[in-house]
Amino acid sequence: MNRLKIILILILAGMLLTGCVSKQPVEVQPTKAPATVTLNGAGATFPYPLISKWSSEYNKIKPNVQINYQSVGSGAGIKQITERTVDFGASDAPLTEQEFANISGILQIPESIGAVVISYNLPGIKTGVKLSPDVVADIFLGKITKWNDPGIVSLNPDTQFPDKDIIVAHRSDGSGTTFVFSDYLSAVSPDWKSKVGKGKSVNWPVGLGGKGNEGVAGLLSQNPYSIGYIELAYAKLQNISYSYIRNKAGKFIEPTLETTANAAAGAALPAGDASWSKVSIVDAAGDNSYPISSFTYLLVYKDQTDQTKGKLLAEFLWWAVHDGQKYSSDLLYVPLPKDVISLNEKTIRLMNNNGQTLI
Amino acid sequence: MDRAKLSFFRIIRSKLSGDFIFEAVVGFFALCILFLAFLLFRELFIESGLSRNSFGLGFLTTSTWNPVSEVFGALPFIFGTLVSSFLALLIAVPFSLGIAIFLSELAPEKLRTPLSFIIELLAAIPSVIIGLWGIFILAPFIHDYLAPPLSTYLGFLPLFQGPMYGGLSMLTGGVILAIMIVPITSSVSREVIMTVPTHQREAAIALGATGWETTRIAVLPFARSGIFGAVILGFGRAIGETMAVTMVIGNSPRISESLFSPSYTMASVIANEFVEATSKLYISSLIEIGFLLLVISFIINIAARILVWKLLNVEGGGVT
Repeated sequence: MNRLKIILILILAGMLLTGCVSKQPVEVQPTKAPATVTLNGAGATFPYPLISKWSSEYNKIKPNVQINYQSVGSGAGIKQITERTVDFGASDAPLTEQEFANISGILQIPESIGAVVISYNLPGIKTGVKLSPDVVADIFLGKITKWNDPGIVSLNPDTQFPDKDIIVAHRSDGSGTTFVFSDYLSAVSPDWKSKVGKGKSVNWPVGLGGKGNEGVAGLLSQNPYSIGYIELAYAKLQNISYSYIRNKAGKFIEPTLETTANAAAGAALPAGDASWSKVSIVDAAGDNSYPISSFTYLLVYKDQTDQTKGKLLAEFLWWAVHDGQKYSSDLLYVPLPKDVISLNEKTIRLMNNNGQTLI
Repeated sequence: MDRAKLSFFRIIRSKLSGDFIFEAVVGFFALCILFLAFLLFRELFIESGLSRNSFGLGFLTTSTWNPVSEVFGALPFIFGTLVSSFLALLIAVPFSLGIAIFLSELAPEKLRTPLSFIIELLAAIPSVIIGLWGIFILAPFIHDYLAPPLSTYLGFLPLFQGPMYGGLSMLTGGVILAIMIVPITSSVSREVIMTVPTHQREAAIALGATGWETTRIAVLPFARSGIFGAVILGFGRAIGETMAVTMVIGNSPRISESLFSPSYTMASVIANEFVEATSKLYISSLIEIGFLLLVISFIINIAARILVWKLLNVEGGGVT
């Protein structure tokens, strides 16, 4: 009956290995080769398609530079740039005061803009349901529970809403999308700010959690009368209905690349080496600004220890915020407005090796 | 010089017999596992220190999980993991036993190998695939066809009350886990039943027992502890399963008595939130959940072993 013993030993061993959590994300070791130089980056998943497009395009122009980006999540990206195991990090949210204080000499370079749309599944009703900030907040707070609530109906007098319960869908994984959306709700609703607040994961008062944009989209498609938030690009590519949101100027705005860029254009931004923790472009002023969007950031050190590598990194960043922007629209990312590009130019010029500027 | 060297090796060889080397090597492998387990425990324990200091035992008994204000309590996740795993066992064990008995006792020779091969193949399906199937096929099916009769006929039980959203619920999580543990539980049970000596069955048949009676008196008692081990193995898989269950359980950290409500498991919350967790306390709390998962697995294993020993001592005649 040795076989049984073996089986039982295997059972024990198997149980031991369940639920193990790795402390360290996979680390990328920077390599140094005389011919090709690899610039390693890690961080947010949201800009991954854009950065990998940059990586292949940039390699065509500069065959000796390889950009290697691992989309391990903003948290892991911040951790790895703090430990200097990568050459650049990426985060969907600006560094918090505490994170900024922990990484001395870090520069934050907004490299693209993401918008979040409020999508729904209402049989017979297409894109364009108008929503106001307080109605959105009340739905996600669980205060408005029916589609034919007077708050919704009064904004859309021409639409027939069913007498059905609203099913709220949200992200279950920590994500920049949730950060942007909860940042918006905190900005427009004092109630949301005090009860829930903003973060990459929050304590949702109501609703179901789906993993990733695809998870939320799946919840929406299977639950008639549901509402949720997803990235603009995902909604457009998957043809999911979304609502127009009333902005600060009182206009109902359709989320598009242009209206999102408008929101970023007027933003007051700090210098690249200052703290960005207060930066937010949600609920932006301007007649034609879509109110739910955010920058996504690249993180690099001001003082580069390696002259050659630092120079190549600075050149790549320069290219990314200029020529690289033309790849944004095709991938449904919002290109940076002019004033943000000129701010980034100043930031990249701060990069130096022993006091010597790199670009 | 050659001669001296040769004799040296001869001495070594005579001391280090093949058996000795063999024992040392396999012993080393066995110790590696022990060492690995120790390291795992140690690492999780140390890394969860911050969370243990901040929340103490309250971590186990409170149910607020708020990453924004950094208040963490793991009760809803512990609840979700245990309930979904037990539910999975409740569904999977009768199926697995039936399959095992059929394959080892009743199925014609020609069918046995292909059937058991196919069942084992089920275990090889990646869990993300099962999860996708769960989202698109199983969850709507449960929502449309299983939940309505349950709430109509058994709706007086709190278990089957309340609305179900698109089929994402504790019930769906349990069913998908059941599907995932049937292959392992049934194939191990089958192996165990096959080890029952033929003369046991012959003796029962000689006494005039029918097929069912033979299985019941001669086979199952003999294989009892092994089957129990198989069930625990399935439980172990259910408790640690992450991807598929995350996709169908609804990911809502609330404790509800209804199986129709969404829930959340320990493995799911780690998978969902670890990547984007930035603050130290947040990460530490997630690691503590991992630690608890390991501890729960251990306790269940040990309890299972004790149960198996007790069963053997009381009635005897079984096999380990």
